[in-house]
Amino acid sequence: MAATAESVVKPDFNANRKHFIFTDEHEQLRESIRNFAVKELAPHADEWEESTFPDSVFPRMGELGFLGLDKPEQYGGQGGDYYTSLVLAEEITNANSGGLAMGIAVHTDMAMPPILAFGTEEQKQEWVVPAIKGQKILCLGITEPDAGSDVSGIKTRAVKDGDDYIINGSKTYITNGHRADVIVLVTKTDPDAGYDGFTLFLVPMDSPGVIREKRLEKLGMHASDTALLAFQDVRVPASAVLGQVGKGFYHIMWELQGERLIGAAGCVAGAQKCFEKTIQYAHERKAFGREIGKFQVIRHKFAEMATKIESARQMVYVTAWRFNNGEYPVREISMAKLHASRIACEVADECIQIHGGAGYMREYGVERVWRDMRLNRIGAGTDEIMLDVIGRSYGL
Amino acid sequence: MAGNSPFTEEHDELRASARGFIERELTPHAEQWEREEWFPEEVFPKLAAQGLLGLKYPEQYGGQGGDFLHEAVMIEELARIGSGGAAAGIGAHIGIATPPIWKFGTEEQKQRYLVPAIRGERIGALGITEPGAGSDVAAISTRAEQVDGGWVVNGEKTYITNGVRAHFIVTAVKTTQEGGHHGISFLVIDRGEGVESAKLKKLGWNASDTATIAYQDVFVPQENLLGNLNEGFALIMANFQWERLAMALGAVGAMQLAWERTVAYAQERQTFGRPLTGHQAIRHKLADLATSLHTCRCVTYDALQRFVDGEDPLKEVTMAKLLTQRACFDFMDDCLQIHGGAGYMREYWIESAARDARLGPIGGGSDEIMREILGRVLSL
Repeated sequence: MAATAESVVKPDFNANRKHFIFTDEHEQLRESIRNFAVKELAPHADEWEESTFPDSVFPRMGELGFLGLDKPEQYGGQGGDYYTSLVLAEEITNANSGGLAMGIAVHTDMAMPPILAFGTEEQKQEWVVPAIKGQKILCLGITEPDAGSDVSGIKTRAVKDGDDYIINGSKTYITNGHRADVIVLVTKTDPDAGYDGFTLFLVPMDSPGVIREKRLEKLGMHASDTALLAFQDVRVPASAVLGQVGKGFYHIMWELQGERLIGAAGCVAGAQKCFEKTIQYAHERKAFGREIGKFQVIRHKFAEMATKIESARQMVYVTAWRFNNGEYPVREISMAKLHASRIACEVADECIQIHGGAGYMREYGVERVWRDMRLNRIGAGTDEIMLDVIGRSYGL
Repeated sequence: MAGNSPFTEEHDELRASARGFIERELTPHAEQWEREEWFPEEVFPKLAAQGLLGLKYPEQYGGQGGDFLHEAVMIEELARIGSGGAAAGIGAHIGIATPPIWKFGTEEQKQRYLVPAIRGERIGALGITEPGAGSDVAAISTRAEQVDGGWVVNGEKTYITNGVRAHFIVTAVKTTQEGGHHGISFLVIDRGEGVESAKLKKLGWNASDTATIAYQDVFVPQENLLGNLNEGFALIMANFQWERLAMALGAVGAMQLAWERTVAYAQERQTFGRPLTGHQAIRHKLADLATSLHTCRCVTYDALQRFVDGEDPLKEVTMAKLLTQRACFDFMDDCLQIHGGAGYMREYWIESAARDARLGPIGGGSDEIMREILGRVLSL
């Protein structure tokens, strides 16, 4: 809006801010996912925290076309761009369930992409087609009890035996590990080949020898089933190899980039939601004869939070633009994940504080946001690993 | 203990014996108590048998005849239970519910409440906060109407530690129409008809039975007035100083425990072919944590020394509370981060320590209220 001598330009605080990566179509998609989440998921969020969200969420979302938004139409996907995935990650926060959001994201944006990128036509037909319908559930197995940050330290072994492989090992912190039909499994096929000795496998979870050992109890993300898995002499055919033998490490490093960016998008949206709920509380709660939001210190807390959220949002959107435009912005993805995870925790923590005693009560939900968000500084690559990746990218 | 520690050899001996008892009898149950969201009644008489419930109280009431320094040692060591809720329940009984009776009670009230409390047979709670009045203490609205022989009390308290188990609640009530600074009194209210407790579900302190307490037409006899009528506000303020100092001490104790457990983890857990402590960033993070713990200890002990010297150190106590609570939560959060994925698992304790620590910047007077007080103390 141009400033002229005759007119007074007023701030457009309440204008609907569009970002150049999103079209009207994205905004329509946004609304339909939001309506679904608010109507069909959010009412059950508290209940699902006590146990887990039901498997039926997958076929329902598949039915609505939400599990293949940016996946190819030939496999039943919507054929949309990468930003449609971002929209899903953002709007699924309206389900008020970090655990559910994470379970869906692992399925659509962590386990599915490598099958599409590296899989054979048979593998895509067997797993991607039903996964997009929500009839089969996917999970991803990288981390082991003795190897988290150090992915190259994984020890799950796949040994060739005729036309098959025999797999032995252990995976932990596996999201969807108790409900999944198949796992994208990172194994070591050649201990002497260093980074070139890893291979991905598609292992059906009902294969003999796959043991769901434990349902892990966590600080947050309670609606998500997290598993400790054991693989005892699990036999798979050579056709279960995903991608190239020996290239598994590189395949998974690629997968992690998309995973981290989607995670960052979820952090921003979750922080935004928490912020908005807390603004409402600050209007409703009175102390010392006034709305608590009217105290300067509280006003400034909101300003700090808003600035943090906006900075993380812009980083995520611009990096998504790079990604969608064929760049491979590993440094920027790491920065976005690092920053978004940190500010999400800081925002949730500050929102607890603004709620006072109510912030400490489970009834108000804000403490749950902090507990759910807290995973993001650890999972999919810790803050410390992000710092290492970023630092090393400068030759340091 | 070297440096500017207020503690003598006698206190060190008490510390060793308290720590031994706690680590043997209480710490092994912490996880179960957290899970069950309750700790057993027997904990109180067990502590009493060790002389640990009446350290600062006179021997004539069954106490040990010690002072606040002895209790300070106990408060720090309670953190080693590893359950913020259990420590809070015990701490509230000895540190905020019974002191008003000791300081403002009649001899008869001390016999009725303080003596069995020190024995661990009758547990106390302090009831000030209400759903509509937290930071704004003067706005409490639970009212006591004068009747023949006493009062009838109506209202609701919330966030009351020991709110379910307490046999008696030292309750702040409005005894004039206006209430406020000159219209609040304290009544010791026995659990009985009209007193309804409902347990609250919290982020942490889960072993503690924090509750809302509803008072519906509760008759309280005249002899349960604590201190002078309409002068309760002074009683509230007097109580806060020890409560805040106790929270600072508890934070120091909790940070010490978390330090020990986290260093042990960081020295054992291997990544990239070396223990976590083999990574410079982790070592420097731990160095920062140790510095924070030391700072908190120094500021807390300084306030403690001034307190026992009779200085009435409002500024130093407020600063100690403000500093230590956020420092402790940040400390636990950093320790959780050092644990990696294990830090997010219930199995490893540190996440429960973080959840427990998060109450600190809110309860006992929020950080924001601490800053308001300092603004006044500093004549700004």
